[in-house]
Amino acid sequence: MEDEQSFSDIYGGRLALQRRCYSPSCLEFCLSCPRITLRSLTAVTCTVWLAAYGLFTLCENSMILSAAIFITLLGLLGYLHFVKIDHETLLIIDSLGIQMTSSYASGKESTTFIEMGEVKDVVINEAIYMQKVIYYLCILLKDPVEPHGISQVVPLFQGGRRQDHLCIQQKVSLGDGGILASSGRQK
Amino acid sequence: MVLKAFFPTCCASADSGLLVGRWVPEQSSAVVLAVVHFPFIPIQVKELLAQVQQASQVGVTVLGTWCHRRQEPEESLGHFLEGLGAIFSHKPWFQLCRERGSKSWSCKATHWQGPTSHAASGEDQVMLIFYDQRKVLLSQLHPPAVLPDRQAGDTTASAGGLAAVFDTVARSEALFQSDRFDEGPVRLSHWQSEGVEASILVELAKWAAGPVCLLLACLLSLVSAASACRVFKLWPLSFIWSKLSTCEQLRHRLEQLTLIFSTRKAKNPAQLMRKDLIGQLADALIPVADHVAKELQHLLQWLMGAPAGLKMNRALDQVLGRFFLYHIHLWISYIHLMSPFIERILWHVGLSACLGLTVALSILSDIIALLTFHIYCFYVYGARLYCLKIHGLSSLWRLFRGKKWNVLRQRVDSCSYDLDQLFIGTLLFTILVFLLPTTALYYLVFTLLRLLVVTVQGLIHLLVDLINSLPLYSLGLRLCRPYRLAAGVKFRVLEHETGRPLRLLMQINPLPYSRVVHTYRLPTCGCHPKHSWGSLCRKLFFGELIYPWRQRGDKQD
Repeated sequence: MEDEQSFSDIYGGRLALQRRCYSPSCLEFCLSCPRITLRSLTAVTCTVWLAAYGLFTLCENSMILSAAIFITLLGLLGYLHFVKIDHETLLIIDSLGIQMTSSYASGKESTTFIEMGEVKDVVINEAIYMQKVIYYLCILLKDPVEPHGISQVVPLFQGGRRQDHLCIQQKVSLGDGGILASSGRQK
Repeated sequence: MVLKAFFPTCCASADSGLLVGRWVPEQSSAVVLAVVHFPFIPIQVKELLAQVQQASQVGVTVLGTWCHRRQEPEESLGHFLEGLGAIFSHKPWFQLCRERGSKSWSCKATHWQGPTSHAASGEDQVMLIFYDQRKVLLSQLHPPAVLPDRQAGDTTASAGGLAAVFDTVARSEALFQSDRFDEGPVRLSHWQSEGVEASILVELAKWAAGPVCLLLACLLSLVSAASACRVFKLWPLSFIWSKLSTCEQLRHRLEQLTLIFSTRKAKNPAQLMRKDLIGQLADALIPVADHVAKELQHLLQWLMGAPAGLKMNRALDQVLGRFFLYHIHLWISYIHLMSPFIERILWHVGLSACLGLTVALSILSDIIALLTFHIYCFYVYGARLYCLKIHGLSSLWRLFRGKKWNVLRQRVDSCSYDLDQLFIGTLLFTILVFLLPTTALYYLVFTLLRLLVVTVQGLIHLLVDLINSLPLYSLGLRLCRPYRLAAGVKFRVLEHETGRPLRLLMQINPLPYSRVVHTYRLPTCGCHPKHSWGSLCRKLFFGELIYPWRQRGDKQD
């Protein structure tokens, strides 16, 4: 079954959280990040081209203008392929593991899978950003050497940066608590 | 825990039969390796499985039944399949079923309580995970964090769930040798049934590779025997070989080629030098050398005047300046004498550049060293003069204060000098002090020039090191067959109908390029400068000669 809800991040952009339940042992959460707006794109392009035109009037070299066009195009392609995340998916499969997929605006997908045997716990961490405190979800991994230690902290949903997860953590934890709890009993 | 069944995609279209594989109780997962088709004799199946178990150390057993029919199975078939469960007893017993031509699967796992209490058998929920058998067989998992203090032996004992799956498939080669098209007693279906991978060109290349490799290996052994001959170990030649970086690179390349052709791997060397490039390079070399010499002459004229407004000692200035100018004159005449032969020499030397870009870069580094040989000479003269002056000054300064250096005790002791010793010592000290600025200035200028040349050569060496340590084969493998180097796996949920088991597709997540380079980096020669910045500054101050890098395998001077 599917379920969708809208939230907003600390800058006011629209976030959408979608929840799908494939079976009692498989859940998927999909968080869509705010899209790139025409206004910001126009602003960046105009700034770069104005700066290039200013340099051109100083140096009288037309290569600067062509270089500015190339820089804008390459910069936009690089930004869409490496930086801008379109949506992030969290797939939780009972007794197998947790999979996090980030889809970039250019279509590239990068996936990480953590086996259930390595997961110690899912917690909410606090961080101080400028003048406020924000919360984010993260997974604690077990340390293979020391049974009670923690080897790594993996934050979830890192694509839209500086998101406040407090408004959505309740939904996620209610959804996946069942699966993680049942796997926890087996450990 | 939910039961997981790893099913190979190649068996999804196979006919009905028995499921053969390994059961991992810690993860409650069954890894299906092959399907045994009807008709079969159970004794022969058990014999085959015992053979495979002995050969591969993997606990291969019969896991259940596989049914691929047009419609729902009839009752008689159902009892037959259950009867099989009694012959090959296994807990839990899997019954996978698929309707031909549709995507609906059904899967049951039953626990037998005993032959009498069929009604009390429990059924568990099963999750189907499809995997590509050939890719998982060839793939190598790279764990995310390998702690440095763990031994390699620990990994097999505490292997994670997915590492166990990869391990099982990789070690069961013995099971994949016979096929359902073979005439053996037992007919199996696995990844080989899809058709053995073949390409005519690849087969021809494999057949041709044998004799070609043999021939090249013989040639290379001849070359290495010739180079190990006693003639090359005599003093002048061995000194020259050790100083030229081209020879080091050629030796390295020879080692690499011997290794490559003995293990029959293919490598494509970069062909850099074309014929017309050599002519252009030769034409460009002489004017460059002339230009460098002219610039040096201007520099010396400037030093002989009043450089930077400093007042030099006229006589010493003229002597040193004329001495160095004469050297430059000699050097220019030498270059002009050599100019007709430069192109021929360069062409023959450039032939060896077909062994790779690194050899070409090493040749460039050696050409730079040869062209700036006069700068090196000037640096040595200036450094020796300055060093002598500094030592003289320090010794006379001690005399001026009434002290002496005790060689036996390695320390400064007081000493009573005669009056005439003191007089001459003070006189010499004064002379040396007033001549110090001139010598120091010449030393400074030539040291800076020498450091510049050394920096350029050092950069070329760094580049050569970088290219040498680049793992081209691993990068090529990552580009062409990304499933061979796996960072992990990724799952995709397939079409799901309520009431049917959950089906997942397991795909291999390839290793990112940065981790490929980091993990498979080849060993470099490691010729980094042995001094720290402090000791370098100290040597420069006292006028000791600096040798910025050592070649591979050199002994300390």
